[in-house]
Amino acid sequence: MLKINNLHVSVGDKPILKGLTLDVPAGEVHAIMGPNGAGKSTLGYALSGRPGYEAAEGAVSWNGEDLLALDPAERAAKGVFLSFQYPIEIPGVPALTFVRTALNAQRRARGEEEVSAPNFLKLVRAAATRLKMDFDMLKRPLNVGFSGGEKKRMEILQMALLEPSLLILDETDSGLDIDALRIVADGVNALRSPERSMLVITHYQRLLDYIKPDRVHVLAAGRIVASGGPELAHQLEAEGYDKYLPAAA
Amino acid sequence: MAAVKETVEAVAELERYKHGFTSDIEQEFAPKGLNADIVRFISEKKGEPEWMLEWRLAAFERWQAMEEPTWASVRYEPVDYQDLHYYAAPKKKAGPKSLDEVDPELLAVYEKLGIPLKEQEVLAGVQGAPRVAVDAVFDSVSVVTTFKAELARAGVIFMPISEALREYPELVRQYLGSVVPVSDNYFAALNSAVFSDGSFVYVPPGVRCPMELSTYFRINASQTGQFERTLIIADKGSYVSYLEGCTAPMRDENQLHAAVVELVALDDAEIKYSTVQNWYPGDAEGRGGIYNFVTKRADCRGDRSKVSWTQVETGSAVTWKYPSCLLKGEESSGEFYSIAITNGRQQADTGTKMVHLGKNSRSRIIAKAVSAGKSDSTYRGLVSVHPKATGVRNFTQCDSLLIGKDCGSHTIPYIEARNGSAHLEHEATTTRLSEDQLFYAQQRGLSEEEAVALLVNGFVRDVLQELPMEFAVEAQKLVAISLEGSVG
Repeated sequence: MLKINNLHVSVGDKPILKGLTLDVPAGEVHAIMGPNGAGKSTLGYALSGRPGYEAAEGAVSWNGEDLLALDPAERAAKGVFLSFQYPIEIPGVPALTFVRTALNAQRRARGEEEVSAPNFLKLVRAAATRLKMDFDMLKRPLNVGFSGGEKKRMEILQMALLEPSLLILDETDSGLDIDALRIVADGVNALRSPERSMLVITHYQRLLDYIKPDRVHVLAAGRIVASGGPELAHQLEAEGYDKYLPAAA
Repeated sequence: MAAVKETVEAVAELERYKHGFTSDIEQEFAPKGLNADIVRFISEKKGEPEWMLEWRLAAFERWQAMEEPTWASVRYEPVDYQDLHYYAAPKKKAGPKSLDEVDPELLAVYEKLGIPLKEQEVLAGVQGAPRVAVDAVFDSVSVVTTFKAELARAGVIFMPISEALREYPELVRQYLGSVVPVSDNYFAALNSAVFSDGSFVYVPPGVRCPMELSTYFRINASQTGQFERTLIIADKGSYVSYLEGCTAPMRDENQLHAAVVELVALDDAEIKYSTVQNWYPGDAEGRGGIYNFVTKRADCRGDRSKVSWTQVETGSAVTWKYPSCLLKGEESSGEFYSIAITNGRQQADTGTKMVHLGKNSRSRIIAKAVSAGKSDSTYRGLVSVHPKATGVRNFTQCDSLLIGKDCGSHTIPYIEARNGSAHLEHEATTTRLSEDQLFYAQQRGLSEEEAVALLVNGFVRDVLQELPMEFAVEAQKLVAISLEGSVG
């Protein structure tokens, strides 16, 4: 279970999150929706430990553990995975090498045995097939020259292989056409399980047709200003975020 | 045969070293300083022919008349040439008695490189370790045996140059100094006068050397002095791949290393020369590190000959070297692939010279510089096209990666095209290690140091791929080790 209590985060001198409180029980999918500049991406960075996004105040615990005391790699080893809105290009490092290095680093940190090359390749082939990805693409440097859709699929592929328990999807639907969106959503849904918690950050309701949330929260001006069931997403789609904006001002 | 002989000699040499502590060591070492008598002493110790002594003395005379160059963008304490030993000096001090007395930091590095314990003792200069050195040599006895039989069958000569001077004096005489003349530069002249040893390779016409000349020599290399001399001749239509250097960081007390490497490629011959250099870079303030002032040059004098230099430079306090190609033959080709990594207070001024004299000669330069800490790295390269060389092509790519705020990186290309038909391309980039990339890798579970190592290995990948397989793996680890502590 993820517990966020009164989280304050400033980027530079600018306060972005101003007392955000949220619980995501194990096995649940929660959507975070909100207007541009509300602090959605900041939340993802703060949870995953990006330098410059440290908490000024508040607490975050994941399965009882103080997440804020850990560095990004330690958080990853504890199961935190952030699917980037804009996945980063890593020149010269084949995607396969990158993911295998990451997987083994996490396993070492948890005191588990490293995955052998043949076993790893088996896992990758299966995951790539499910995501309808060309295996040869994985021999290319990670994300370099990939289309927007390919980059997002690559994120989901990494997620499938790293098997995280706290999944944070930051605008995973942006840049995807309908077919790609369905494939990506299927990939995410395949990872739903009673032990996993998911935070789906999105601007539009569209993604939530494919990844059905248990709860929907509205993030505006650095706080959760409304929470509800899936119907809240439809309401937002119809009415927009306007009514939450005055509260922000 | 050479290999066995070399092994036996290595053993004998080590025995001498062992006993040197108890008997009269004064006879083993030349006194400090440099004069004609020292040159004679070295030549005599090596049992060299008379002409070789004359050659050395002529070099010494030229050296005395020369000035130490100052044009490189490196700064270092002046070398007192009269305060150095020019023969067997490094073995003067008693080594540690066991690994317990060796700097744990050094051992940690060996550990990471996956060097077996016994070999670690040898590298750290532990007393009594010479026995181990022999074992280490014989550890790879299969290599040596295969090596010996196969090389002999192929007719390849591979031996210390001092031995070649006795066994094949005419061959050595024909080529020695023909690529790097005695008076070429200050350090080459010095090397010519006092070089202690090095290796000699001759590959006969049409022979493809059946193995990389490497594994065996690696251990042997730790016994050679500060002025190494290497001469490699690939006769018509032959091929050889030579791996130079110690991939383990030798703790070396020599301040100055001024080696000379000469390569000769005749018609249709190919030489691939790979270096991984990881000498002691000095402490955090740069004290005590090696000055690596090397002259390396290849003479592609045959038509369609080809020489490829690949270097991974991570060590030394000051590196100053430009492995070059004289492309004399028609359609000859030269390649230079370089990774220069500097950290701490290291300085590197390195690059290449491609001198196009032959028609339709081609060259390719890929240089990657990684600077971290307070280090400074300069790529300095010359591409020159002779008026009569038509149809020349060159491609140059220089990429620099900066880690942190206090390092520097410079690219200084010199291009001289005296023939209008030449096609010369130059590309250069300078980038800073991106925080986005670092965080992305860390978010996926890599520690900061693992992330830096992965990203840097990606940056230098084009060059790493040019290294022979076994070397590439070690080089990859070396990249990670040499950048430890460079961030955060």
